[in-house]
Amino acid sequence: MPISHDKLSNLIKEAFPDAEFELVDLVGDQDHYELQIKTSKFKGLSKVAQHRLVYNALSEYVGEKLHAISIKTLG
Amino acid sequence: MTEQKTLDQIKAIIDNNDVVLFMKGTASLPQCGFSGVVVQILNRLEIEFKDINVLEDPQIRQGIKDFTNWPTIPQLYVKGEFIGGCDIVRDMFTSGELESLLKEKSILKD
Repeated sequence: MPISHDKLSNLIKEAFPDAEFELVDLVGDQDHYELQIKTSKFKGLSKVAQHRLVYNALSEYVGEKLHAISIKTLG
Repeated sequence: MTEQKTLDQIKAIIDNNDVVLFMKGTASLPQCGFSGVVVQILNRLEIEFKDINVLEDPQIRQGIKDFTNWPTIPQLYVKGEFIGGCDIVRDMFTSGELESLLKEKSILKD
């Protein structure tokens, strides 16, 4: 189900106030996003742990609701 | 919430197979782009693996998400350890980290 770019952006900003991120709607249907995110909160964490932080922030939408989000974590 | 017997079933699969991919579709016929990417990577590295088609079993489909505490499919397990989904596996493949990990776990020969 489509989620607006703004809504997702805001969730990320709330969860990671210091993050530099880029959120791209890949297909234009608001249902396939690509997120590149860099935040100090990722320091020392494995990739799996970093992704889990992102998933937790978006938990309301991820899984069955938002169809697809591709995550690239940095930092 | 997932039943204990499903969680036990998942644990057994992961314990009894060196490399397991919980995916949508099968290895020969993936039904999702992300699952397909992981299959391609495993094939490229010539890794034998057990494919579990979550579309065939809604209990497993939800169960693996609860088991791993990870909301999406595909999910790759190597010797009982959750490695990641498509994004992580692809990054690890590109960086060479996946191959190193598989050698370390004696899945790939040195």
